[in-house]
Amino acid sequence: MQKARVLKKISIVVLLLLFVCAPVFGRARRRSEPRRRAEPAMPFGQLETNNTYTGINNSQIDGLVMKTLRREGIQPANLCSDEVFIRRVYLDVNGSLPEPEEVRSFLENRSPHKRATLINRLLKREEFADYWSLKWCDLLRVKAEFPINLWPNAVQAYHRWIHDCLRDNIPYDKFARELLTSSGSNFRVPQVNFYRAIQGQEPSAIAGAVSLTFMGVRPDQWPEARRAGMEAFFSRVAYKGTAEWKEEIVYLDPEATEPLRAVFPDGVAVEIKAGEDPRVVFADWLTSRGNPWFARNIVNRVWAWLLGRGIIHEPDDIRPDNPAVNPRLLEYLEKELVDSGYDLRYIYSLILNSCTYQQSSIPRSSHPDTEAMFACYPVRRLEAEVLVDALCWISGTQESYSSPIPEPFTFIPEENRTIELADGSISSQFLEMFGRPSRDTGMESERNNQPSDAQRLHLLNSSHVQTKIERSKRLNGLIKASKGKRDVLIGMIYLNILSRYPMQAELAAAEKYFETKGMGTRQGVNDLAWALINSKEFLYRH
Amino acid sequence: MEKQQITDYITRREALRRGLLGAAGLALTGSLSRPARSAALRAKAKSVIQIWMWGGPCHLDTFDPKPDAGNDYCGPYKKPIATNVGGIRICEMLPLLAQQADKYSIIRSMTHGNNGHETASYIVQTGRQPDRLVYPCVGAVVSRFKGKENGYKGLVPPYVVLTQPQGRFSEAGFLGPLYKPFATGGDPNRSVFEVEGIVAKGISDDRQRSRRQLLHDLDSLGQAMPQNPHFKELDQCEKNAYDIMFGDGRKLFDLSTEKDEVREKYGRNTFGQSCLMARRLVEQGVPYITINYKGWDTHKQHFETMRRKLPEMDAGMATLLQDLSERGLLDSTIIWWSGEFGRGPKIQWESPWNGGRSHYGKCFSALVAGGGFKGGHVVGASDEKGMEVTDRPVYPEDLLGSMYELLGIDPDGPLPNPRGMDLKVMPSTEESGGRLREIV
Repeated sequence: MQKARVLKKISIVVLLLLFVCAPVFGRARRRSEPRRRAEPAMPFGQLETNNTYTGINNSQIDGLVMKTLRREGIQPANLCSDEVFIRRVYLDVNGSLPEPEEVRSFLENRSPHKRATLINRLLKREEFADYWSLKWCDLLRVKAEFPINLWPNAVQAYHRWIHDCLRDNIPYDKFARELLTSSGSNFRVPQVNFYRAIQGQEPSAIAGAVSLTFMGVRPDQWPEARRAGMEAFFSRVAYKGTAEWKEEIVYLDPEATEPLRAVFPDGVAVEIKAGEDPRVVFADWLTSRGNPWFARNIVNRVWAWLLGRGIIHEPDDIRPDNPAVNPRLLEYLEKELVDSGYDLRYIYSLILNSCTYQQSSIPRSSHPDTEAMFACYPVRRLEAEVLVDALCWISGTQESYSSPIPEPFTFIPEENRTIELADGSISSQFLEMFGRPSRDTGMESERNNQPSDAQRLHLLNSSHVQTKIERSKRLNGLIKASKGKRDVLIGMIYLNILSRYPMQAELAAAEKYFETKGMGTRQGVNDLAWALINSKEFLYRH
Repeated sequence: MEKQQITDYITRREALRRGLLGAAGLALTGSLSRPARSAALRAKAKSVIQIWMWGGPCHLDTFDPKPDAGNDYCGPYKKPIATNVGGIRICEMLPLLAQQADKYSIIRSMTHGNNGHETASYIVQTGRQPDRLVYPCVGAVVSRFKGKENGYKGLVPPYVVLTQPQGRFSEAGFLGPLYKPFATGGDPNRSVFEVEGIVAKGISDDRQRSRRQLLHDLDSLGQAMPQNPHFKELDQCEKNAYDIMFGDGRKLFDLSTEKDEVREKYGRNTFGQSCLMARRLVEQGVPYITINYKGWDTHKQHFETMRRKLPEMDAGMATLLQDLSERGLLDSTIIWWSGEFGRGPKIQWESPWNGGRSHYGKCFSALVAGGGFKGGHVVGASDEKGMEVTDRPVYPEDLLGSMYELLGIDPDGPLPNPRGMDLKVMPSTEESGGRLREIV
């Protein structure tokens, strides 16, 4: 699990060269014609481009989005700048910040395909699997303790299996089928933990978890008969303990000798022979082409994960009276998924390469549905794990965790990032304060990214964050590498923390701050880093 | 044994680490509002100060002396002293507390029988045996019933720990992180009590202000989209945060406003100043304050440690009792003193302990005062060597249930929880010795 990080020293040297060669910071572009109404007049050359897109020569996604925007009279945002794009796509795809070296070479790259190339590269990195395992472990409720009680052994096995599926891009229908139909020990057959990590082992609890996870629906609103029909598929799942503490075997009840009558959620009844596994019958139905829930649920979720909200929203509350804002778009994505052989990475790639995804977060329309119709990239606070990883990365420090249960065999290498934590029971005050989900229910809304006074106090004024900044080896390295050139130093701090160079006005403000009476270099660096870490640009995906 | 030690070590280290982290308790909001069903009970107590004797203090060397048990049991403490209540004697190392005995009652028959720190901490602070469910500890329950969703408007969170969290279990249990304590960090005995998130170390007010200005100057994205509702929300949080940092939040934790003689009387050490701080928090109406008093896990050189720590405890607690009483706050403030267990009555003179005491959950003492608890009483008794409870066993659920009653929280009423489970606050169990009617 060790990760090769790009060598920091090399990047610093290259950076220095860059500054010597390119003394003009930023590439602030001025627009000649005033186009925006609600926006301030000041140019933000590095936050957006002045390029618009029409949807005509763009991807099919863009065509479909643009159609609804035209209908509603909503003007889409401009495309985001390269600086914004590289940071955004790193955070969205790999859950981490780009190395300054990567930013520099990306900005210098003149290839028209450089964004597509970068997307392709990030989708194949180990961090893609690390970060998206975190997401899936939220949905699949991977944690050692209450109310799930997987215990560390099963947590490790389950997490690893999920991680490997994502790394190897196992077709999504196969992934779901394995989770639904496996039998065996939960320490040795990781997939069976799908059935272990549910609050309750009764058929209704299982059916609830299956429909939430793979259909995006909450069956508590279904009529009783329909619920019972689906529950029947899971009425023969049996559990038994072993001599090993907390190990449990999930299997098909061998004593069931009667045929079983069950009803699929679409109302079609089926009779299942004795000895046949009803779970397999259900999985066959679920993953069949044309199933109205299966593909829709996952493409809608992936869309929501990358663009902040689902085409159907909430993404795990699909029901007839909660319509899609853009049904054609959803249909298109479903078809692409099925035609690609359930290749999720392809769906990511489709979305990430669209102009819709690559819009600036600065809206150009004051229409109330601008965000809901995907006419800008919505700002979202970094998740707790991603945020603390970013803080650690900038400071070159590590986090400490604790667990309410003894985990004597759980070893977390120092260089591990928080997004790699397998176990939802292993936590820290920071993670809890910043809304990490408890992994109890598998609902998307368990994660709480709302800001609070406590979070603000913590980031602005806690010893935790202050110590990280003061002890930052990375900042030390930057001071050395800048060799006393203050503008170079400020530029490098910007590149490290915000993944871009400062704009002229920012450079001037920072330099002025360094010239405050009695301000030493290190204190100036600390305070500049503190200010950037506390900026919206750092705290939010944008 | 090997495994136990590893576990013990890891969790201990975690306990220390956790203390370095932030202020989760500040995150209290009223998202889980549901009316409490405790109207039938009239609350006598408004606040609780829990003096948590982390590690387990010895009952023989504090409130249940056994002068006739011999050197192998009493060690050097063979001359218990009279208190200001006839018939009650306590350890000779606690002369100041002896003068306050009319204000507290001693329970000499606490028992649960568990000798492991983690489990015993859980049992004593939740009143439950370990089970599939992880229950919240008293502080979390009190902050659920007396916190912001039920009208608490204090500046600081309703559940405060001085200074490091207990860290032996998940304090909030299934109630979730909203009910975790706010651990202050820092040391109230230092010239500046650096409270996590509120009073920053080594950063002057001028620097705070100038770097805040810098933050605003560099906030390009925020300036580019001033109408964004997420950003507006964050701006409001920032404003609130600075109000706490520069306003009353800081004043509350500034002990330099207390008279020197008061500070001296409490004792110029972390525990003494924590007691003083606890009084200030009670004055602010904070419903639950834990003083996490470490250093009582004395396997080795027990008596050397007692010689150092007992006078500290004596001064801090006695002054707290007296001060609260003089300010008219003792009637509405419960003080609860207990560890997770007592210590082995028989002294281990042999190597490697060299005069140490082991864990002992079968029989130990607790002390309660104020908030409706009568003073000057002794509840229950232990045998002549402090080995067994001989009269009126008191289980943790009895003590906790009594406290809840005094706080106006019906122990038999429902315990609201995010998952909608049908649970009660602190029902008596079959094993229970019954709530402490004799001192209420």
